[in-house]
Amino acid sequence: MVREVSESCVDSLLTEMVACYCNRFYANKPELAARRIEAIGYQVGHQLSERYTMERPRFTDHLEAIKFICKDFWSELFKKQIDNLKTNHRGTFVLQDNKFRWLARMSIDPSTDNVSPLEDITSPTAESKAAQAMSMHLYFPCGIIRGALSNLGIPCAVSADISNLPACSFVVRIKA
Amino acid sequence: MPPVAPRSGDAIFANVERVNAELFTLTYGAIVRQLLTDLEEVEEVNEQLDQMGYNIGIRLIDEFLAKSNVSRCNDFRETTDVIAKVGFKMFLGVTASVTNWDADGTCCSIVLEDNPLVDFVELPDNCQGLYYCNILSGVIRGALDMVSMKTEVTWLRDVLRGDDVFELQVKLLKHVPEEYPYKDDE
Repeated sequence: MVREVSESCVDSLLTEMVACYCNRFYANKPELAARRIEAIGYQVGHQLSERYTMERPRFTDHLEAIKFICKDFWSELFKKQIDNLKTNHRGTFVLQDNKFRWLARMSIDPSTDNVSPLEDITSPTAESKAAQAMSMHLYFPCGIIRGALSNLGIPCAVSADISNLPACSFVVRIKA
Repeated sequence: MPPVAPRSGDAIFANVERVNAELFTLTYGAIVRQLLTDLEEVEEVNEQLDQMGYNIGIRLIDEFLAKSNVSRCNDFRETTDVIAKVGFKMFLGVTASVTNWDADGTCCSIVLEDNPLVDFVELPDNCQGLYYCNILSGVIRGALDMVSMKTEVTWLRDVLRGDDVFELQVKLLKHVPEEYPYKDDE
């Protein structure tokens, strides 16, 4: 029996980590906050992939390692597999999770961020604030994926696409 | 209708959504490591962990009360007992005990023999003074704040500093009477 904790522990920790870096340390420097959050994710991904591959033989190619992330790795973290994997066969992979767990409880209604008058609720500022907060949270799973793949010998860059919420796509670009 | 009996920590833990503890442990470790890099002093890291814990505690108490069926605790003694027996089990899957009460029942220790936060953790020599699990003291203080108990939480024993258990001292500073916003009560 593997040790478990309540999901609330992880959710609370992630929420507070993002709040800490975005609102306290780097309130006016979102790029620096993003980099720190991604670095934390990278560290976590690096270590987790070490643990989850302890009893596996070495992966023979990039696709095999990516499939490991989509199946075993994702199942350990989110209790489901990635829903869809696409590739252009030139080093770019798109991993789509149709209902990404860490976004499921986030509101995309800008009005929840505001106590200001009606005009502001529909303003681009309020809209982009909500989107920015969400994207900050995504630097962490992007870092996890990058850390895991780097540990498996695949240096890459990872970004997230949330244009179809609650689906989330992670775009992995392998470095030559 | 008779009141619903309080649920045990084990029963709640069996029913909440759970995740692999390694994700939690390694994420916390990576956060502490990043804070040590970003902040100049170890004491600042301790303060930041406590603040993060406080912010988490003021929210976790809502989930705790919603799921545990705990009714109003009559005093500080009962409250800490519930935290140790139900709260720690519900969230972390571990058992804590309460001991070392003082004569007037305002100060006690919560003892953890098992702690998922410190799996895989070793502290290097340059981290003297770090309270690695300081987020826990913040969580407890934040949660108690929300049920009108101002407390001071300090570490007495720490496995990462060579002790055999984690021991938190919880001291009740003030029991704040609940203030109703409704003038009609007068």
